[in-house]
Amino acid sequence: MELAVNIILGMMLAATPLLFAATGELVVERAGVLNLGVEGMMVIGAVAGFIITAESGSHLAGILGAAIAGAAMALLFGLMTQVLLANQVASGLALTIFGLGLSALLGSGYSGFSIPALPRIEIPLLADIPFFGPLLFRHEPMFYLSIALLLLTGWFLTRTRAGLILKAVGENHDAAHSIGHPVVLIRMLALAWGGALAGLGGAYLSIARTPLWSEEMTAGRGWIALAIVVFAGWRPTRALLGAYLFGGVTILQLHVQGLGIAIPSQYLSMLPDLVTIAVRVAIAASPPRAQLRAPGSLGRTFHAQG
Amino acid sequence: MIRLERRPETSRAMLWLTPVLALILTILVGMVLFAMLGKDPVQTVVVIFVSPFSDLYNLSELLVKATPLILIAIGLSLGFRAGIWNIGAEGQFTIGALAGGAVGLAFHGTDSIWLMPLMWITGCAAGMAWAAVPAYLRTRFGANEILVSLMLVYVATLLLSALVTGPLRDPDGFNFPESRLFEGSAAMPLLMEGTRAHIGFFAALLAALVAWLLLGRHVVGFQIRLLGEAPRAARFAGFVEARVIWFCLLVSGGLAGLAGLFEATGPVGQLVPSLPVGYGFTAIIVAFLGRLNPLGIIIAGFVMAVTYLGGEAAEITMQLPNAVTEVFQGLLLFFLLGMDVLSTYRFRLRRRIREAA
Repeated sequence: MELAVNIILGMMLAATPLLFAATGELVVERAGVLNLGVEGMMVIGAVAGFIITAESGSHLAGILGAAIAGAAMALLFGLMTQVLLANQVASGLALTIFGLGLSALLGSGYSGFSIPALPRIEIPLLADIPFFGPLLFRHEPMFYLSIALLLLTGWFLTRTRAGLILKAVGENHDAAHSIGHPVVLIRMLALAWGGALAGLGGAYLSIARTPLWSEEMTAGRGWIALAIVVFAGWRPTRALLGAYLFGGVTILQLHVQGLGIAIPSQYLSMLPDLVTIAVRVAIAASPPRAQLRAPGSLGRTFHAQG
Repeated sequence: MIRLERRPETSRAMLWLTPVLALILTILVGMVLFAMLGKDPVQTVVVIFVSPFSDLYNLSELLVKATPLILIAIGLSLGFRAGIWNIGAEGQFTIGALAGGAVGLAFHGTDSIWLMPLMWITGCAAGMAWAAVPAYLRTRFGANEILVSLMLVYVATLLLSALVTGPLRDPDGFNFPESRLFEGSAAMPLLMEGTRAHIGFFAALLAALVAWLLLGRHVVGFQIRLLGEAPRAARFAGFVEARVIWFCLLVSGGLAGLAGLFEATGPVGQLVPSLPVGYGFTAIIVAFLGRLNPLGIIIAGFVMAVTYLGGEAAEITMQLPNAVTEVFQGLLLFFLLGMDVLSTYRFRLRRRIREAA
């Protein structure tokens, strides 16, 4: 029981940054934009969240700052791809390279610095329920935020008029433009939302998970978040499942090591990457009927004629 | 209102002018950044762009840095032209160094002129094999090559780290995670004694020449260009897309593997976990800066080598953090991509026709 709680808890902790980033990217891709710069936005969120928390002493300011920093990076990508009509794949790579460099520069004075970890919220009474108490009711506020934002995103995409318009823009931008929807504006807003969530995912790592800053601390999680979006078939509920599955793989290596199996740790660390590849292939190889279709205009450049 | 209008044909002047403009803009923004960090912006720029040319050793170091960048970028540029995104060159670089290096270590102490070519072939083949994974998964299952090739970078780095702390570790090395030094027949021949510049530079030039001939004179080059510019037309013309995907990924993987082997047996001199320093990613910038054109890539490789060396010099003399080089390179790629709009579109003032009525 104790071990099961620990394993599931570890999975939840590992999944939370992935869930933030994947939820954000899901909205972006639903609007028809492929932003491969998730890793860059996450790492900027991580450094911004850490520095602001360290300087102001307020976790809330750090979390907000991380979201704003992530959104600012996304808007830079939006300027490139939506206004200057640059290639989305290349611009996404540029965003990642730039984000990794800028975060290392900004954070160069802060390595070895420590901040108080984000305190946990223990919900009275509920937290004392055996098994479910520790799993569901004793987390940092950011854990609850990740679930809340996922639910909000799901509600927005399926239940609101604005969500419907966003999906229309993603399916066919020319048609959406011709009936008068502001394609570029909608995409910019979607990008800002995606960037803010990626920033929060990064901040979760540097504020809640390990209250420390180290260079490239996102360690490829942004790329895994991109894989989760495809795995989820662009559906929010399945993104939750995907994030927790990948989170589970990440902590699996820790438990295998804990069992004392003599494999060099490097081989175990490869697991999440190999599983990401395997999952990506499994999705691509499944029969078309079982696949969920990508948004029709995903990754295509929109240029309004006339 | 200003609006964008698609040019009937890509402007050739702009095609070559945009990289220069992007470089100038990057320097200007860089100067603002240096000023914000409390350094004299003019002096910093002078240090970055002059010190790499200050003496013979620094010039030779330019060759050292430019060699892997050009080799990798030439390979990547073929794929980028066809819309095939191998962004895992860093992993292919690492595996090439690892496999070719392992051959060198297996024949440790052997004196033979055949050892080095054997290592080259192994390194190149290993890079190809690593790139064959995304090629196979893309052509057989339709899995996206961007994600697969990138994930294999992490796998390759971990594999290098596992092997140099395990079977490939120097037996006399006090348990440090590093291999024996590559010596004698297993060391890359140098261009000039006292420097680290090696004959791999000729391989880079040769690769550029072959790529130029291929793109301009060979049917494969035509297929690559057509697939990138008009994929539907290419399919109607009966081109086999899968063959172009395999070709581009194998060539770029092989060249990256070769670059990795050169780096390990030349400038670095042994296998260490810190061998991959990001040439595979920087080469993406080099490919775009060189406009995916072989001659352009050679020039771009040297420009990027200057930023590496200049960045190191600025780190020492101006006490700038080493991440400045990375920021600089990231900015450059951004400006390049952003300025591209000038070559395919032109800005027009929107006239209000109805106002006169």
